[in-house]
Amino acid sequence: MQYFVQQLINGLTLGSIYGLIAIGYTMVYGIIGMINFAHGDIFMVGAFSALIVFLILTALFYSVPVVIALLIMMIVAMLLTSLYNWTIEKVAYRPLRGSFRLAPLITAIGMSIALSNFVQVTQGPRNKPIPPMVSQVYSINGVSVSLKQIIIVIVTALLLALFWYLVNRTSLGRAQRACEQDRKMAALLGIDVDRTISITFIMGAALAAVAGTLFLMYYGVVAFSDGFTPGVKAFTAAVLGGIGSLPGAVLGGLMIGFIESMWSAYFSIDYKDVAAFSILAIVLIFLPSGILGRPEVEKV
Amino acid sequence: MAVTVSPERDTVATPIQRALKEGFYAGAISLGLFVLFIGLKTGQNMSNELVVTTRWGLLAAVVIATAVGRFLYVAYGQPFMASQKITNVATGLLPASVASRFFQLPWFVAAVVVALLLFVFNSSLAGWVGAEPAGYLQFLRALAIIYVLACVIYYFRAFIHANFTRLGITALVLYPILVVAVLSLNAWSITGGLQGSLKWVDNFGIQILIYVMLAWGLNIVVGLAGLLDLGYVAFYALGAYAYALLATQYGLSFWILLPAAGAMAALWGVLLGFPVLRLRGDYLAIVTLAFGEIIRLVLINWREVTNGSAGISGIPKVSFFGLMSFNVSDPNYIAKVLGIAQSGAYYKIFLYYLILGLCLLTAFVTIRLRRLPVGRAWEALREDEIACRSLGINTTTTKLTAFATGAMFGGFAGSFFAARQGFVSPESFVFLESAIILAIVVLGGMGSLVGIAVAAMVMIGGTEALRELDFLKEIFGPDFTPELYRMLLFGMAMVIVMLWKPRGFVGSREPTAFLKERRAVSGSFTKEGHG
Repeated sequence: MQYFVQQLINGLTLGSIYGLIAIGYTMVYGIIGMINFAHGDIFMVGAFSALIVFLILTALFYSVPVVIALLIMMIVAMLLTSLYNWTIEKVAYRPLRGSFRLAPLITAIGMSIALSNFVQVTQGPRNKPIPPMVSQVYSINGVSVSLKQIIIVIVTALLLALFWYLVNRTSLGRAQRACEQDRKMAALLGIDVDRTISITFIMGAALAAVAGTLFLMYYGVVAFSDGFTPGVKAFTAAVLGGIGSLPGAVLGGLMIGFIESMWSAYFSIDYKDVAAFSILAIVLIFLPSGILGRPEVEKV
Repeated sequence: MAVTVSPERDTVATPIQRALKEGFYAGAISLGLFVLFIGLKTGQNMSNELVVTTRWGLLAAVVIATAVGRFLYVAYGQPFMASQKITNVATGLLPASVASRFFQLPWFVAAVVVALLLFVFNSSLAGWVGAEPAGYLQFLRALAIIYVLACVIYYFRAFIHANFTRLGITALVLYPILVVAVLSLNAWSITGGLQGSLKWVDNFGIQILIYVMLAWGLNIVVGLAGLLDLGYVAFYALGAYAYALLATQYGLSFWILLPAAGAMAALWGVLLGFPVLRLRGDYLAIVTLAFGEIIRLVLINWREVTNGSAGISGIPKVSFFGLMSFNVSDPNYIAKVLGIAQSGAYYKIFLYYLILGLCLLTAFVTIRLRRLPVGRAWEALREDEIACRSLGINTTTTKLTAFATGAMFGGFAGSFFAARQGFVSPESFVFLESAIILAIVVLGGMGSLVGIAVAAMVMIGGTEALRELDFLKEIFGPDFTPELYRMLLFGMAMVIVMLWKPRGFVGSREPTAFLKERRAVSGSFTKEGHG
């Protein structure tokens, strides 16, 4: 039982990070119907920005309280990563918006390749380890919970609450939901569609940057190629939950996190990704539009 | 929310003023983007801790370059292109007025003379002017040759356009012979020519043709049947491992295993096809991507069979239909049988013709299948699945045959790849490969075989050519490695080509069924992979 609870906690931590990234995928998909393949690398850029900010902080000040350091890292990473995603949308996706559906997918894949190789060229191909920032571990009834995990879950919960408020209670969120339903109609009613789409990209990138910072804090290491696997997992999570649905993205992220930690605990750690992908395929056979996704209504 | 648009501002701002503003913004954005990544560099110090070092000079250079570039583009590039568009609708690469100014006879003659002179005095150049300028002169020679070729293509454009396929196939068939002939003349010995041809036949010829074949195979799934497949590399991997394992374990010949590998890949294509039959669009994309990753992860982790990440080495070479072998130690080694000098180039040239044959087979089958009921069903499925079903087409078998046929060609290419490398490991079958193949299909113009071949040549040949840019070391110092920038430039090229030609290189389609006369239709009338 203790072992199971332990794995549940590990899965929750992992799932929170996937969920944060998956929101970026699902929002962009919901609003313009494209897979933003560069999102995983946006996450990596976020983690790398946090790493560089951390190094600057440790170089400038002898010791910084962890909470303040984390906050500064997160905010700078959010700003920079949003700028990246905003620029990418403007340069690579917007000119192709009216074009055929595969065109933005190809530019997104191109941007993904370019981003990870840009970081490789400018920062070097090696893994970048940092000393552990938070190391307290609490033990409750034989289940050990590290402070890192608590921070991750709390930050994710806070952000999701803020995000839920933004989407459901503000005029910006209303504009986003309107664009998601019918872009042309929204434009006719005076919504600046381009601006709304830009903000969607910025919001997705900000969440990915937070996920990147938490990833860096949790694992203590980041490399230029680290965007791909979490990116694909988060995308899997978004599809599993039903792409375009925000609660679905979080649910999918948590599911992928649980599957991974349970599989590595009870079966074999080598095949944890295979398990996650296989369960995706099995779920989609029975629920072709994901768990919370709306079935596509076809009109003839 | 609402943005007020003041009409006066647009009329007051001259292009230069607007360009200045745009340039300033571009500079500010690039400063924000690059301040951490180019301005600072993380590296290890003596005690193995990460430290940051500053590179403000480089950052300033990049920011200024971006600002100036944007300024020039808005101030001069955009008006120029706009005026070109009005005077003559741009056909092909360059507008006609620019092309006729660019390709002129005196320049053509001068370029021929320069190229010939530099070829003749190639060996003695380094002695006359020193090693460094000789490097520049070789680059100049390459430029002159490119210019001459471009001129020839320009002068004969009508002829080339009319006989493109025939000319292309002839050029591909003659390519290794021409390379060996030119290099033999250059080195004044046939052995030297064969030795020098290795790089051109292997790195450029075979490499590009493998991608042409893979892209043509994927074209059946994405371009014809309209099913978005992001895990095509899985079938390539299956073919490669099928050949590698069966050949090393049981010593079977390539000619038996080639169809076997194709059949196995096709079987897996059907196995993948079954669960995803009901899925549409992006759901299909993610499941195929997941399938590709599952195959790769199994190859890494099933160590007893696949030897894990270490891969399988010592894969036997292809023989010349069992008559001649390419192993020096064998009694029927090709040089002994034919009584010629030993060289590794024979094998490469043989492999070149082998993959060329496989490519042409793929093209032939694709062209023929498009005229058969199954091919028409694929295209109907791409255009409208519901209409297709209403007309009584069995969409299940249609989708499965598309997956199986595409996968089969992937399997052929895979077993060829294993035979060529002599070594396979999961490293070669990452998602990036699927992405590159899909990019070639889309950039070429989906469904167009010629366009896809051109796209493969541009993208793969271009990145391979970056390996040849050693002279850049003279400019940027010995630490500069152009190979590092290969994938960065590849990614950027994908974006730029897509923005420039969203419909791919060949944007028109030849209909397979027509009334009275065949008329090419614009590619924008055909739908695309929406599953």
